Amino acid sequence: MTASLEVSRLAYAYPDGTQALFGVDLRIERGERVALLGPNGAGKTTLVMHLNGILTAGHGTVSVAGLPVAKGSMQEIRRRVGLVFQDPDDQLFMPTVREDVAFGPANLGVRGEELQQRVKDALERVGMLEAIDRPPHHLSFGQRRRVAVATVLAMEPEILVLDEPSSNLDPASRRELAEILRSLDVTVLMVTHDLPYALELCERSLILSGGVIAADGPTREILSDAGLLAAHRLELPYGFTVGRGEET
Amino acid sequence: MGAGHHHQLYRAGDTLVHRLPPQCKLAAVAAFAMAVVATPREWFAAFGTYALLLAGVVLLARIPPGFVLRRMAIEIPFVVFALAIPFVGTGERVSPLGLSLSLPGLWAAWNILAKATLGVVASIVLAATTEPRLMLLGAQRLRLPPMLVQIAMFMLRYLDVIMDEMRRMRVARESRGFTARDVRHIPVIARSAGALFIRSYERGERVHLAMLSRGYTGSMPVIQDLTASARQWLLAGTLPGAALAVLLGTALFGTGGVGA
Amino acid sequence: MHVPDGFFNVAVSVSAGAVAAAGTAVCLRGARRELDDRTAPMAGLVAAFIFAVQMLNFPVAAGTSGHLLGGALAAILVGPYTAVLCMAVVLLVQGFFFADGGLTALGVNITLMGIVTVLTGWGVFRLITQSAHGRAAVTAASFAAALVSVPASALVFTLLFWVGGTAPIEIGTVAAAMGGVHVLIGIGEGLITAVTVATVLAARPDLVYGARGLAAPLVLRGADGDVTVTPDTVERVPAPAGKARPFLLAGVGLTLVLAGVVSFFASGDPDGLERVAEDEGFLAQATGHAFGSWSLADYGDVGGIPVGVAGVVGVGITLVAGGAVAYGARRRDREGA
Repeated sequence: MTASLEVSRLAYAYPDGTQALFGVDLRIERGERVALLGPNGAGKTTLVMHLNGILTAGHGTVSVAGLPVAKGSMQEIRRRVGLVFQDPDDQLFMPTVREDVAFGPANLGVRGEELQQRVKDALERVGMLEAIDRPPHHLSFGQRRRVAVATVLAMEPEILVLDEPSSNLDPASRRELAEILRSLDVTVLMVTHDLPYALELCERSLILSGGVIAADGPTREILSDAGLLAAHRLELPYGFTVGRGEET
Repeated sequence: MGAGHHHQLYRAGDTLVHRLPPQCKLAAVAAFAMAVVATPREWFAAFGTYALLLAGVVLLARIPPGFVLRRMAIEIPFVVFALAIPFVGTGERVSPLGLSLSLPGLWAAWNILAKATLGVVASIVLAATTEPRLMLLGAQRLRLPPMLVQIAMFMLRYLDVIMDEMRRMRVARESRGFTARDVRHIPVIARSAGALFIRSYERGERVHLAMLSRGYTGSMPVIQDLTASARQWLLAGTLPGAALAVLLGTALFGTGGVGA
Repeated sequence: MHVPDGFFNVAVSVSAGAVAAAGTAVCLRGARRELDDRTAPMAGLVAAFIFAVQMLNFPVAAGTSGHLLGGALAAILVGPYTAVLCMAVVLLVQGFFFADGGLTALGVNITLMGIVTVLTGWGVFRLITQSAHGRAAVTAASFAAALVSVPASALVFTLLFWVGGTAPIEIGTVAAAMGGVHVLIGIGEGLITAVTVATVLAARPDLVYGARGLAAPLVLRGADGDVTVTPDTVERVPAPAGKARPFLLAGVGLTLVLAGVVSFFASGDPDGLERVAEDEGFLAQATGHAFGSWSLADYGDVGGIPVGVAGVVGVGITLVAGGAVAYGARRRDREGA
């Protein structure tokens, strides 16, 4: 079976010469929920930008469900990879929630009744159906992030990529989003430095540090390795400890 | 321009006027304004009739008159200007109450006040009964280039976001004891403007990436279809139609002969 | 300023509408070349920025404050084509959604505040930066560009008023009053534009369209330690230079057409233009107040000098200042070379 996402030997330097990625290898199977952890400046966002072809690899390859990211396949790649940006205000650019959720599928040529149905389904899955005709900027931050997830779900992606999904959320919105993510039946790659959130949602974690994958394993094991975390500037919140066997 | 700018005029409602397709309303208001501007200033009765017509639309749209009056404050600068014209205008002078006023100046002041006021009220009615987004789609149906419509759409969407950023920057300045009082403070304000530009521009880039990520290839997908029936066009045409009738009627049957 | 309905006669409104439409159409094509599929989000965000920045009140002199028009600033930051689009959209939105500026006067408003400010601002900016390079020159050019753009717009307003204004006021007095106030405003606009551009230049020089020639050459290090430098910023802004000329020519052409068409219509209506105003001082103050709302919330008294006189002097100072900056920049450049 082909992996949902496969990245091999990916390297990238920005036009100004700064190299951000130095040969990233990773493979995510269909249905997995994986956390990508790493300190600021580790290259997380750069890596994410490669997954749907916004940046093009300097070296190496990225493929989504077997389809390599390349010029000719961009439209299909962008359907398969659903990218949820960190700031929902960047993602929700249309005047109403309905138009925003419809934007993606409409670009893929979906029209009419089918389009409306997709919009409703996607909003239903994030519990935001009642906001369908409201302008995004009238929603709360947590609601906006959920709508942002819906805009991507409406494209029926192979893999959902979330950039810092828990940032700026109050505890209740944070929990609601976790419940929604857990209920979704898609592959998830979650970029975060919110370690408890990773532990709560993802079986497996990767650490991206210095432009390479520095660790890959069960989240619980990675988070209980204090030395490993310290080496990559990752810290658990005060008073939070992870045991290898059980959570405290 | 003032701080009042920021408050949009739209008032949700479900009246005949609200329900008309935006392109019909836009065309109607533009045509009405044209008729008003084209009316010679001596035709008092015509202007009176226009005002009555507008008042009828305000009533029909259930817009509180107080709302319209408050929003008319936008024309105060020109009212001040219009009132000054009789004092400084050239030409024959008249002296009511011991003031020396220019007669052509009085005519000009009346002309500007009457036309500007009718225009402003018509615009307020349009903006108050039409959702901003629909107004833009209506404008697109009236052949406003789609690119302009898109730009305006993005502008409206991000206006609040940018204004909030500006407000935060002002709070940050003022919480450190800064108030702009004289010329020496210009650099501080300008640096805020510079920072605001960078934030706006970078957000534009991120929005563009978000659009690309959802399959954008340079043109907006048409999602909503706005079609107006002949009946709706006819309905919207009542306002400019009546105005035009007044205009032509006055022209044919003598000044001041209609509506009085 | 935001001219309302009824201020200009139908001929001027219609001709200005044609100019605005033609200018916007040209800029739509130009902006698409500059920004490609980024046009809509970028121009939209910049328009929102201009709208927001127009609300920043800045103090001009004691007890006096004004706010930015933004045409020159937009031209320098994002290029003239995009700038005209942004200004046009800001004015459209103000007219449609805030009832600010009459719908029949939309063409006049776009012409005055969008096209004229951007054209003159960009023209002055290019004139100076073509002969002088470096950040200081860009900042100085920004100041001069914004400074000139405001009275230029006032001047075109006066011209339109002359051919198709509906008020019987001596044209000379209108010109003097408009000039006087707007030179003051222009100084504020110039200062704020220069500092804004300098701020952006310090943080993200790549975002300043007018300074794209300033990027440092890339250094390439070979494996054997030899260092090569890419040829001196290959295009020392040939792109904008190439674009500036047709843009300026188009501006001059449009102005001529406008003047011609409009004066044809207006020739039959010479009322009120040939008599002398009686109380210049009062006029200056009154019109100053009215037009001041364009950029001045409250401009107060200008040290007892009749503003009419101040206006003429002010326009002169503007021209001298602009010339001096250009001359200074040219000399600096020659010495540097």
